[in-house]
Amino acid sequence: MVDPPENVRLTRRALLKIGALAGGGLVLGMALPTRAAPLPDAADAMSARTLPIPADPSADFVPNAWIRLQGDGRIQLVLARSEMGQGVMTTLPMLLAEELEVGLDQIEVALAPVGPDYVNRFLGAQATGESTSLRDAWTGLREAGAVARRLLINAAAATWEVPETECQARRGRVHHADGTRSLAYAELAVLAAGLPVSEPSSAPIPLKSSDAWTLIGTRPRRLDTPLKVSGQARYGLDVRLPGMLYATVERCPVLGSRVRHWRGEAARAIPGVVEILMVRHGVAVVAETSWAALRAREILEVDCRPSINGAADTARIRARFRAGLTGRAALAHRQGDVSAALDAAHRQIEVVYEVPFQAHACLEPMNCTADVKPDRCAVHVPTQDQQGVQETARRLTGLPAERIAVHTTLLGGGFGRRREQDFVIDAVELSQLLGRPVQVIWTRADDLRHDFYRPMTLHRLRGGIDEQGQLTAWFHRIVGPSLFARARPSEMSEGLDPTLIAGAANLAYAIPHRRVEYRRADTPVPVGFWRGGGHTQNAFVTECFLDELARLAGQDPLDLRRTLLADRPRHRQVLELAAERAGWSAPPTTGRACGIALAEAFGSVIATVAEVSASADRVRVHRVVCAVDCGQVVHPEIVRAQIEGGLVFGLTATLKGAITLSDGRVEQGNFADYPLLRFDEMPAIEVHLVQSDAAPGGVSGLGTPPIAPAVANALFALTGRPVHGLPIAPSAF
Amino acid sequence: MIPVTLNGELRELDLDPNMPLLWALRDHLGLTGTKYGCGTGECGACSVHLDGVPVNACVTPLSAVAGKTVTTIEGLSPDGRHPLQLAWIVEEVPQCGYCQSGQLMVAAALLTAHPRPTDAAIDAAMSGVLCRCGTYTRIRRAIQRAANPEARDG
Ligand code: FES
Ligand code: FES
Repeated sequence: MVDPPENVRLTRRALLKIGALAGGGLVLGMALPTRAAPLPDAADAMSARTLPIPADPSADFVPNAWIRLQGDGRIQLVLARSEMGQGVMTTLPMLLAEELEVGLDQIEVALAPVGPDYVNRFLGAQATGESTSLRDAWTGLREAGAVARRLLINAAAATWEVPETECQARRGRVHHADGTRSLAYAELAVLAAGLPVSEPSSAPIPLKSSDAWTLIGTRPRRLDTPLKVSGQARYGLDVRLPGMLYATVERCPVLGSRVRHWRGEAARAIPGVVEILMVRHGVAVVAETSWAALRAREILEVDCRPSINGAADTARIRARFRAGLTGRAALAHRQGDVSAALDAAHRQIEVVYEVPFQAHACLEPMNCTADVKPDRCAVHVPTQDQQGVQETARRLTGLPAERIAVHTTLLGGGFGRRREQDFVIDAVELSQLLGRPVQVIWTRADDLRHDFYRPMTLHRLRGGIDEQGQLTAWFHRIVGPSLFARARPSEMSEGLDPTLIAGAANLAYAIPHRRVEYRRADTPVPVGFWRGGGHTQNAFVTECFLDELARLAGQDPLDLRRTLLADRPRHRQVLELAAERAGWSAPPTTGRACGIALAEAFGSVIATVAEVSASADRVRVHRVVCAVDCGQVVHPEIVRAQIEGGLVFGLTATLKGAITLSDGRVEQGNFADYPLLRFDEMPAIEVHLVQSDAAPGGVSGLGTPPIAPAVANALFALTGRPVHGLPIAPSAF
Repeated sequence: MIPVTLNGELRELDLDPNMPLLWALRDHLGLTGTKYGCGTGECGACSVHLDGVPVNACVTPLSAVAGKTVTTIEGLSPDGRHPLQLAWIVEEVPQCGYCQSGQLMVAAALLTAHPRPTDAAIDAAMSGVLCRCGTYTRIRRAIQRAANPEARDG
């Protein structure tokens, strides 16, 4: 029996609604408005909209549910974001559970299907990235939990014929104040689903105040850990469907080149090979096992057409970017008159910085499993963009969206790479052609050579100080390819790419004359979102340049920053905390020095101090101390782990490899030539969290931006030689 | 037929002796806990024990395991309560988790050889297993916890 769902209340932000589940139970969902400007405050401006609800929601597909109280007593909290290590499988259910009054030990996490109500308002799609998940969910999920709790209390009060004020929800049950009666949520669910709402629809149900929280701010064990230490966790490559084939696609090495012809007789003779065929992105080898497909591909002969990109290489790209360091550009920020201020400066310097392309190198290579049938399609995929997957499959198959199911697996790393659709296209296309489920496996070389890379950029900075040593002028020109022009063209404005100028246009330091410009210079190299985004380049150049200016002004780098942050207490606090915990004012160990850097990103602020030493063949980072203000902390241990992880990600880009191009091809193809930071290269890490009442800020990408400048500034302090490019070559010191 | 003792059970594998152990485990034996990260012996995600010694399954042909004992993450402990698994949970080691089967298998072999490993021994043993999520600090703490019975449950 299924009752028609009912709208229960319209709050300022969301239309909440409930419905009954087949088999008895309650499902509670909410319609969130879809698109907003990328700021939390913008939520206020969003208008609620009513969404169509299917006439008979079933337990398997309830497009707008956040909470499912199953008839058999199970409590399912729905996760609409991808778990890629950042902990959303634990932290987002914590928000629901806090208000619903259930323990994390009492719940199951159910992964969301694709549905309009699961849209991430920061990204405008049902997607995970840019350190937005918790910020997006913070109010909405707690409201969903609070409404469900209220309905369950109302249902208990009606059952017992007592006032609602005598009823209290605790650990999945409603208790009556007399201490003799209680009912489990499951027993109340059906009744709650049919209840009218007693309050006027405009009065929001209050959320618990922070001092009443029992879950938020604590550190319950991550819900995904037991699976991940026993080999039971299921990633994309672990999907096994009946009759499934394995495929691997040989792409042309020259970026953008196409296959001219191929010869596959020898490859086809490998036992287990089922088919070799041309697909959109190359030549696919399809086999009964992964190994047969991979082995056959090695002897496949593929000949590619010459491409206009065939001569592209890093040196040419650099030369083009250099040309863009002068001449016209888009204006990202202007304050005062920087030319006049530079002319009037007592001393000034100019530095050009270079930051290379970087790959994501998720440890789980890209992959996707698709099962396309004439009337429906299922895609099992580690993705950061469920909505994009559905759209990709819709375009390729022509099936309506409601016939396309997207099953999100765990992600063996994401970092922005899994927002792309190239691997989804491979799988859907092949399954459609072969009429069988197909798992597409990318090799490590495919993964490194056909990524959407963190853009390479060049930066020209000029700064001037007056006779008192005050920093008066700051000019910053950024040259690099646009990412948003492809990924989110509607957000390009006046030639500005928001991610390329992130952390540069909106500098926290008070400098009277400041001008920031962006010059778009596209290249054949595909670019995409990367952990920390544009902040990773801009924090490096701005924080390193600041240290050069401090040197010019004869000031301590910390003191200069403090002066420039006089009216930024939040920034000063993390800066001072990191410096204090790192022992900034104490004399350094012989042969070592410390560097400091600050970054503001994703609604959070971080300061990082790195202690380094250098020898002819090696820069060694001994210790890193971070102080973080990320607003209210939902799970402090997950925040610390994310800062550590982001820091290591950034340290790899600081000390290890880069992606370079030669003859139109990416030169790196394995971990030998694109090395990741290793266990024995790890610094000791301390992460200190600042108490804050602000709404949560993002943390996944937060640790990455400040580590490169902190290390570079430490080397500058140690050797007197500034760092002007990444990765840092030990031979330069 | 290739005889192998896999997670305590004697198996006869009717597979190509050139097939890397990794693919036999993942595609033929249903043991997907052992991961593919590079296929060329550079990341350690595919680490398993061969007669108690960690090897990269992606570059170990089945011919090399004939008559030997192979243990995968699924066979590390009967109930998921190996001291390292418990320590991994307490220290909140995994992030994406993809590298962790390999990390655990290498760490387990280390503890068998050196029940109280020094920091240098931990470095030497663990530096072949890459973690893109940067969980190394926690891995070290978890190994130290597991190696120190008094600290295990704390
Ligand atoms: S998959 Fe075997 S070492 Fe990387
Ligand atoms: S936990 Fe993600 S690679 Fe190690």
